Amino acid sequence: MDSALLIHRLHFAFTVTFHYLFPQLTMGLAPLIIWLKSLALRNQDETYNQAARFWARIFGINFVLGVITGIPLEFEFGTNWSHFSAFAGGVIGQTLAMEGVFAFFLESAFLGLFLYGEKRLSPKMHWWSSVAVFVGSWLSGFFIVATDAWMQHPVGYLRTPDGSFQLTSFLQLLLNRWAWWQYAHNMSGAVITGAFVMASIGAFYLLSQQHQEHGRIFVKTGIISGLIFSILQLFPTGDRQGKMVADHQPATLAGMEALFIGQPGAPLVLIGQPDMDKRRIDNPIVIPRALSFLTYRRWEANVAGLDAFPEQDWPSNIPLLYYCYHIMVGLGTVFIAIMSIAVLLLWRRKLFTSRWMLWILLLSLPFPYIANTAGWFTAEIGRQPWLVYGLLRTSEGYSKMVSAGNGMFTLLGFMGMYTLLGILFLFLVRREIEHGPAASPDAGH
Amino acid sequence: METLWFILVAAMLTAYVVLDGFDLGAGIIYLIAARLEGERRAVLRAIGPVWDGNEVWLLATGGVLYFAFPLLYASSFSGFYLPLMMVLWLLMLRAIGIEFRAHIPNLVWRNFFDAVFAFSSTLLAIFFGAALGNVIRGVPLGPDGYFFEPLWTSWHMGPHPGILDWYTVLAGTVALAALTVHGALYVAIKTEGDVSQRARGIAITVWPILFFLTVSSLAATCYVRRGITNNYRAHPIALLIPIVVFGALAMVIWAARQSKDKLAFLACGLYIAGMLAGAAFALYPMVLPAVDPAYSLTIYNTATGHHGLIVGLTWSILGMALAIAYFFFIYRMFKGKVQVEEEVS
Repeated sequence: MDSALLIHRLHFAFTVTFHYLFPQLTMGLAPLIIWLKSLALRNQDETYNQAARFWARIFGINFVLGVITGIPLEFEFGTNWSHFSAFAGGVIGQTLAMEGVFAFFLESAFLGLFLYGEKRLSPKMHWWSSVAVFVGSWLSGFFIVATDAWMQHPVGYLRTPDGSFQLTSFLQLLLNRWAWWQYAHNMSGAVITGAFVMASIGAFYLLSQQHQEHGRIFVKTGIISGLIFSILQLFPTGDRQGKMVADHQPATLAGMEALFIGQPGAPLVLIGQPDMDKRRIDNPIVIPRALSFLTYRRWEANVAGLDAFPEQDWPSNIPLLYYCYHIMVGLGTVFIAIMSIAVLLLWRRKLFTSRWMLWILLLSLPFPYIANTAGWFTAEIGRQPWLVYGLLRTSEGYSKMVSAGNGMFTLLGFMGMYTLLGILFLFLVRREIEHGPAASPDAGH
Repeated sequence: METLWFILVAAMLTAYVVLDGFDLGAGIIYLIAARLEGERRAVLRAIGPVWDGNEVWLLATGGVLYFAFPLLYASSFSGFYLPLMMVLWLLMLRAIGIEFRAHIPNLVWRNFFDAVFAFSSTLLAIFFGAALGNVIRGVPLGPDGYFFEPLWTSWHMGPHPGILDWYTVLAGTVALAALTVHGALYVAIKTEGDVSQRARGIAITVWPILFFLTVSSLAATCYVRRGITNNYRAHPIALLIPIVVFGALAMVIWAARQSKDKLAFLACGLYIAGMLAGAAFALYPMVLPAVDPAYSLTIYNTATGHHGLIVGLTWSILGMALAIAYFFFIYRMFKGKVQVEEEVS
């Protein structure tokens, strides 16, 4: 691979992966904060208000990091991927610009009000400001997913003789079937992160015997929403997402499963390592014919393998794709198990005394982040070698004028900058957790 | 249609410079105007609820530019690769400075973030001015519509210009002076007591420098790009723009001397808008002039297809109306002066 191409890919991959650590929590927390505020409003219970304020502070820190790390991404389309931008900007620029105009303005305007305006607003108005923040952050998510969905499954465009894409149907761009299922799957994944983080912090308070009243609220809210969305993540959203990949990106599906040879009654590999030299899976543990059933609902259905496609159209890194996909699915299954047991214990009124379960909840904090990241890796590595699926190759899209050395310089710069940001972030969040939910609402400005 | 989009993008960019300009300016004067902890917090609270929304105008402008004129976006962003990356890092540092200083009541921590905030605001103002200078001067575009510009070359005009040369640095200092005055007047409005007076004093002191730089940059522009006045010769009515610019500039000093801060601030915004409108009018229909005029990018060879421009226009007008409505709401909610707190920490 051309080293400039590799560096520009790493540049975007690194900055977008780091960025998405923050929005997945803010998008996931937003509905949970509304829920807490609704309970406070209905029960006139100050404890719920304190809980909502605590998570609003965590939200605020994450939001700032999300904004700071998000701005470079819009720039990078032009700086690092200029040929792609010149070709496709007329289409994907629509959704990216709509994010700025419809989502960011709303979010930035009302977040300030939500975080610092509680004293100036009536409780009802303050509740509405939390709804506005939720709508802003979820709209933002939609426009980004719609942009990616067009790259995965281009619709509503025409190609001019010079190779650039022009929009012919705005509605098709927004109503892209791929976009809606991907959006549902992605947002449900974000709520899982929010739910696990909330439950984990709650478990921490209960185990360390401080802020116990708030801790119980956090754990309860976290596990109930966590169970609901872990199930939605598998079915229907994940299932439909997989079906779309099978329909429109069969080579990607073969790569995700590392199915080198197509066959009727294809097995589902649970564990095993793809061996690119011998074109097989080493040490496989399989469920016979399950892949055919899951994909086409028929045990004997034929699933196309990589052998059906010319090698230049294979996903360019099959082992990485395979591992990411299997990590995502494996973790998703574990999440359902953890949350089911926790909810069962809650129902039997044993949860808050089951130290082992609280420990599991506490330690599960990093895993939804890993699952969400692995999921996005599956989508983006699965799309390779295409930038716009079937139409524009990744190798045609990067900035030919920006040399590998310049790209490397700024990539290293971002790595340094983000290391610093990460340390600062952990430091500030740790302080908020240490202060606890009962602290005064007016930390900050 | 392309012309309409040219106007829309120019208007959005102007909105960004005028709005984010005052909080950048507040950052430039921050260390001088606000000395005590309470005063510094007052300045930060004056921009706290709005700076992020102001910065969104940059993102929205970028997004609109991206789909309306894709080739322009692609060419200019990759050509200005290095300075844009520095702008990104500065924007990050600045956001960290504003948002995170308050989290820990420690003198060293706060002084450090204060300095980060002031330093990044100052450099950003210079960078944005220099960027505009580059666009007016022209860049070494190739026949394919792309270029890559080094940070500096010989500091002279020629076939191989750098990002920085005497002309673009001059443009950077104009921007620095203009945003200093703009930000100082905003702080003067939003605070009271010593801070307010110091800020107004800064605006009055910097004004003669701004006046001198404005005149010399206009003269330099006519020298650097001889054809720059063509549009004005063809449409003499546009000479109203420079008249407005100098009228507004005179109004700034007149109002500031009488402590009519709001009037002075609005006049300063008008001055900035006039400068940008004047530049946009002079460039039209070019959007990125080339050193070799044959390769210049214009609105016609960079715009996307008709359908995209039409639907984009429809929703962006709707979106702008919503954004302006939020802005009025937020500025109303946070209207009035912020109090300078007694020393608490």
